Amino acid sequence: MQSETKSRVDQLTTPAGHSVTILRFEGDIASTSKDAVLGAYQALPKATTKLILLDFTKVDYINSSGIALVIQLMIEASNSEQKVYAFGLSAHFTKVFTMVGITKYAQLFADQDAALAAL
Amino acid sequence: MSDSKAAAVKAKTTTVELRLPSRMGYEKVAMSTAASVAKLMGFREDRIEDLKTAIAEACINAIEHGNRLNEKLSVGVVLSAGENALEVKVMDDGVGMKKQPAKPDIDRKMHGEEGPRGMGMFLIQALVDEAEWVAGTDGHSYVRLVIRLDKEAA
Repeated sequence: MQSETKSRVDQLTTPAGHSVTILRFEGDIASTSKDAVLGAYQALPKATTKLILLDFTKVDYINSSGIALVIQLMIEASNSEQKVYAFGLSAHFTKVFTMVGITKYAQLFADQDAALAAL
Repeated sequence: MSDSKAAAVKAKTTTVELRLPSRMGYEKVAMSTAASVAKLMGFREDRIEDLKTAIAEACINAIEHGNRLNEKLSVGVVLSAGENALEVKVMDDGVGMKKQPAKPDIDRKMHGEEGPRGMGMFLIQALVDEAEWVAGTDGHSYVRLVIRLDKEAA
């Protein structure tokens, strides 16, 4: 019933010249998404990955278990002195991420261009 | 629920009932059904999104904690569409909760002082107008949610 979560990694440079790793998710983010969310993050080279952008543009459904995976990713990134940002959330999930406090530790942007311009 | 509240919900009520298998993912059936009912009632799109998340979390709790993923048990969902509000009951065969979990604290989570999970009930309470958890004495428990139709803003 839950659509499989897909993830892929892109590497971009911001207009300011910073290297950014983008984790792009597709499908549902739920309890079954551990490999796609945490696995994809943990496969990134820690030494060279400092700025991480989470792309939720193609995600329709995120439940509390999925939010917990995002928080787990943020905890691991914080422990590795990496900064996490996100974009592409719907208005509803922007509200939900704000309600649970994620925005205190990961700034949200409307889209990729807005995120890259700010980093 | 008070008599006046019960009377308000029962007036001109249309009921839709579902029985879901205790399998993760089937909460989406309840979400889409509730969204259809709410749309027919005239709810705004943002309130429908709130309802979808609240009902999904209630069903996930019922599947995972109430029925402990036992697929021989089903989760009952009753949607009662009244004139001014939609009431949702999500029923399982669990014993219910003895106490409400603490409100999740992102700072404590980020510092490893509490687990990253445990946000479902918080989201339910935050997204609907009423939420109550009832531990039944007959081995059945339910959560009751109410979301009110805001005609001024609709």
